Amino acid sequence: MSAVIPAPEGLVPPTRFTQETLDWVPWVEPLPIEEVTEHHYEALVQRSRVKNPYFRLLARDPDILRERTKADLDIFLNTDAGLPRAERELAATAASRVNGCVYCASVHSAFTTQQSGRREDVQRILDEGVSARIDQRWDAIIDASVALTQTPSAFGAAELAGLDAAGLDDLEVLDAILAASFFNWANRLMLSIGEPGVPPSA
Amino acid sequence: MPTTDVIDVLAGIEPDSAIDRLRARRPESRRHAQGSYDALFAPADTAHASVAERAAVATFVAALHRQHGAVAHYRALLEHEDERLVPSVLDLAAAAVTLAPEGPYGEFAGENAPESAPGPRFVITDVASTYILGDRLSAALEHAHLLTLHPRDAAPADLQRLEDAGWSATGIVTLSQLVAFLAFQLRVVAGLRALQDARAAVDPAVSITEGAGR
Repeated sequence: MSAVIPAPEGLVPPTRFTQETLDWVPWVEPLPIEEVTEHHYEALVQRSRVKNPYFRLLARDPDILRERTKADLDIFLNTDAGLPRAERELAATAASRVNGCVYCASVHSAFTTQQSGRREDVQRILDEGVSARIDQRWDAIIDASVALTQTPSAFGAAELAGLDAAGLDDLEVLDAILAASFFNWANRLMLSIGEPGVPPSA
Repeated sequence: MPTTDVIDVLAGIEPDSAIDRLRARRPESRRHAQGSYDALFAPADTAHASVAERAAVATFVAALHRQHGAVAHYRALLEHEDERLVPSVLDLAAAAVTLAPEGPYGEFAGENAPESAPGPRFVITDVASTYILGDRLSAALEHAHLLTLHPRDAAPADLQRLEDAGWSATGIVTLSQLVAFLAFQLRVVAGLRALQDARAAVDPAVSITEGAGR
């Protein structure tokens, strides 16, 4: 049996960056549900993720999935001071927009809106790209995320000066670095082992 | 289980320095970034991807990021696993950097098509390298280049190439995680180094600021 599986009939690719909910279909067969063990559930961290084809595909290598999931949850959800969640999601959105991950951008732009209430500003980043100018603080976080997303990284004194001028303390800077860097991990998976589709009902 | 934190080593973070104390504010992300490294480079199961293959890919990817400390780190692991692969991996990385020095590039689809920035695909044509690396590792390095420099160009045909070269479904997942993890790890290193350098430039004692939060 081939590891690589055909895209479902009638998959409709998104035509632009969006905050709307998208589907994601895998290009490799996820771990069959009957082969999911407690070891895999531990790697999923949240048991309900077993229903998600992306996580069940990653569950093929449970140990790296477990560590990745725990890093992810801390980087985005640990609110012991540091960068507000909306701005961590903003960093994720900016990285995803630069890399061209329409699926990641849809999820994390919607989270940015949910956390900030600034739907129009978020939409401008999707529509115009990361050169869109929002306000000093968001621009500094976007610019830092964009520079970190280059290969090799272009993040340096200029981006740090921007973050300082926008009033971020060093824990906030660390959170921005972690969030943008983490999306360079997530984007590469989402872009290369499957693809997004517009939900049939939409 | 290794006790060294590889990000600290690669970023030059000294114990109890200001940056060390800053990282300590995010203990879970620190622990599991290292845990990810351990899962990839000291794996419980090597049936789908050997440690030599992982080390070869990591050396190549670190070189594409032009992080000399990271290249030395992963190269040492590769030398330990299979030293005869080292020259080919480094030569191919040098050729790849000449071919495409910077990313991300690649095509955009739909309404974003005008933003497309097409660029080259890295293909190993050198017979001597292919002979030394074998089909699996040659295909893995080509795929690692795609994911590192132009991930939005990835397509099912790329995974089919991996499978044709001998990679299983699970091996494809591990390889993808490996390259994607390195994109994270090497950016955290770059970010922390830049932060450390900027603070040291202002105050040799390196003062780390933290406000009242909000």
